[in-house]
Parts: sequence; structure tokens; C-alpha cells
Amino acid sequence: MSIRHGLLALLELGPRYGSQLRSEFESRTGATWPLNVGQVYTTLSRLERDGLVAQGGEDDAGHALYAITDTGRDELRSWYAQPVDRTSPARDELAIKLAMAVGAPGVDIREVIQSQRRHTVQAMQDYTRLKARALDALESGRSQERDDVAWLLVLEQLIFQTEAEARWLDHCEARLIRIAAASAAAPPPRTGDPAPPPGPVAETARPRAGRRRT
Amino acid sequence: MPSPQPVLQLQQLARVHGTGATEVHALRGIDLDVHPGELVAVMGPSGSGKSTLLTIAGGLDTPTSGRVLVEGTDITTAGRKALAALRRRSIGYVFQDYNLIPALTAAENVALPRELDGVSARKGRTEALAALEEMGLGHLADRFPDEMSGGQQQRVAIARALVGDRRLVLADEPTGALDSETGESVLGLLRTRCDAGAAGVLVTHEPRFAAWADRVVFLRDGAVVDQTVRSGADSLLAGQGSGRGGRGQAVER
Repeated sequence: MSIRHGLLALLELGPRYGSQLRSEFESRTGATWPLNVGQVYTTLSRLERDGLVAQGGEDDAGHALYAITDTGRDELRSWYAQPVDRTSPARDELAIKLAMAVGAPGVDIREVIQSQRRHTVQAMQDYTRLKARALDALESGRSQERDDVAWLLVLEQLIFQTEAEARWLDHCEARLIRIAAASAAAPPPRTGDPAPPPGPVAETARPRAGRRRT
Repeated sequence: MPSPQPVLQLQQLARVHGTGATEVHALRGIDLDVHPGELVAVMGPSGSGKSTLLTIAGGLDTPTSGRVLVEGTDITTAGRKALAALRRRSIGYVFQDYNLIPALTAAENVALPRELDGVSARKGRTEALAALEEMGLGHLADRFPDEMSGGQQQRVAIARALVGDRRLVLADEPTGALDSETGESVLGLLRTRCDAGAAGVLVTHEPRFAAWADRVVFLRDGAVVDQTVRSGADSLLAGQGSGRGGRGQAVER
């Protein structure tokens, strides 16, 4: 998550001071990624070191103002123009957890999946309620339109993200059931072969009797 | 939000298909209460029993054991006539493929359950027009189903399900045949109707649509294995400086 570029984008609208940048960043993104003032000033001083922003004067209340430089504008243009970097996918704790749960002793992977699914769907419910409100606010025409639109887009990103996670969990469960069914249907090993270790999947994801299409 | 009298109560509901070796337990002891103003989504893989649950709740199928109370009346022991009346007056059903009658206009489709219930044609039409108006479909009252888009037809179907002050709406994959934008608007409508006091049960396999519900119940192999609890966006909103409320913990996970 690029705080650097977020701050540059706000500074392009005009000079601002630190805590102002923080509150504008949060109202644009609905405080989804809270910033503290310390982070803002650390980032500003790095931007200044790299020549992307410059300190320029004070406002009436004596706040030190920062302004974007031409180099900063170029940097911002190229940020908007380029896709975000995917060369090293973000570590996904859930993917790692499920990978570890396959065959882990004493772990019922279906329960791991279900407890995550409940949590994920619940988060989607929360986001969806917030989205319904954001839509209401937009339609009613009150409050600052730009911030509401930005917040709506961020919320919908969260909904898409959790939706993908929920679908992937459904897929994992179905996949494990299919693999378990296939390995249960496979012919028993010939005598003399070493006994195969108990299949992790067959142990934990066996479909129950009595399933039926409804 | 829960009020003392649920609109729908499922008590130890079980449904067995077949006997002996071919016996299949579609539902195993389901308990579920749905209160006025509440929208409950039922999710689960195909074969988990979610459609069976809905058809039994709507009186379209009978359970092997257990009770189904709609506004306090047990529909499993009600006579055929009483059940038919209850289905006309209390229960609205929304199907995936809309099930509008092609030879009737939107208004006639919506008025039909009222006329079947003995309401005069004039009163039925007035009620139907009001219901369509509420769905933002007043201008389509005299169109036939094949002159409307899928989303419009499904909204007419919801109007039909709720006309005449029926308080229980059962929706079986109502967004199944719609694109996601239209599906979303249909769900928004169902949500609004529940906010206005109806009780809703939505069967879906789409998490995005289930997310409109107050509560999501997960079925597996005919039993409730889990459900979400309402955490309330209000508490999320309250804690944040900007008054909007992000979910830092979920994002930073």
C-alpha cells in the first residue's frame, strides 16, 4: 500500500500540512487503512529527501506546508500510468494456513474452512451495509461527493476481495471432497506394498453419507 | 431487532426421501426463527438441503417430522384449504425464473394472489399498482412479462410476493438468472422490504448476495453447521475518527 503516492496525489491538489494529509487520506479511503501522524511525517521527509515534495511556508495557523515538486508530479503520473507491481504476491495468511492444514495431524480442514467462511461472509455483510449507506448518501446528495465516491470504490474493492476469498473457500472444500471421493474409489493397494499413510484429505474431508441434490 | 413473535419458525425440521437402503436425509433437525424486519440468507453447497428447507417453509413440500410455524400457525397440520389460504395471505415466494404468467400484464400478475383470495378486481388492481409503484415499476404496470427485462420481471415477482401485506417472503436463488448489477438491485429491493417489516429467507450460493442479509446460515448435509452473527456496521462506524469506519483489522490481517 503506497502511502507515498497517496500523499503525492493529495499534494497535487495544493500545499498541505501533515495532519491535514492524514485526515484527507482517511476520509478518501474511509479510514480503511488508518495512518498515524508519525507515518505521515516520516513519509513526507523521505519524499522531501527524494526531491518529490518541498517545504514551502506556513499557513495562517503556523502549520508547516508541503508542496509537490515537478519531479513529484512526474512520479505521480507514472504511478497512475503503471499497473501495480505483482512480481511478489503479498503473503496471504489464509492461503498459508490452508496449505499447512492439508494433512496436519488433529486438524479438520473443513472446520478451518468453515470458520474462515463465517468470518469472511460476516465481513461482507458489514461492507455491504456500509455500501448501502454510502449509496444512500450519494443519492441524497449530501456531503462531499468526491470523498463519498472514493469511499464507495474502496468498499466495493473490499467486497470483491472478500467475495473472491469466499468463492475460493467453497472451491477448496469442493476440491477436497472430490479428491477424497476419488481416493476412496481407487482400488486397494496390492499385498506387499507398504501401506500408504492415511490420506490427509480422505481423513478430513470425507463426504458424509446421505448427501443429495436438492 | 428481534421481536417476540417470529414470522417463521422451523422446529426440528427433518425431511427424509425414500426408505431403507435408498433413504436420504435431506434435512436433519433444523431449527430456525425469522423475525419481522429480518433477512436471513441460507447458504450451502448443492445437496446441502437449502432448497428443500425453503419449499417446506413455503408449504410446497411437507416435512417428515418437525413443525413449521408461519405467524404462529403450524402449516404442517393445517388442512389443505387453510394451507392454501395461508400461502395466499402470508407467504410470498420468489423463484429463480420469476414464474410470471406470460398472458397477464405486470399489474395482473401482482393482483392475481389477491383476486384468488376473493378481493375485488378493482381493489386487487389498486393494491397491485401500489406495490409496483413501491418497486419503482409503476410505468410498467400494463406491460407483459416478455416486454420486460429479467431484472424488471424479478422485481414484479417480488411485488407479487409481497402484495396484500404478506409478511414472509421466501426467495430461491432470485438472482440466479440476472447479471450481477441487476441481481444487486433486486437484493437491495428485498432488503428494503425487510427493513420495512417483512421477514425474508433467501437461498443463494452467491456470497455477495448473501451479504445483504442480517444473518447468514450455513447448511451442510441437511444440518445447520454455522451462522454469522450481526456485528452491526454501527459499531464499525462509531469507532472511527472520520465517522465512516474502515475495518483496519480485516484489511491488515
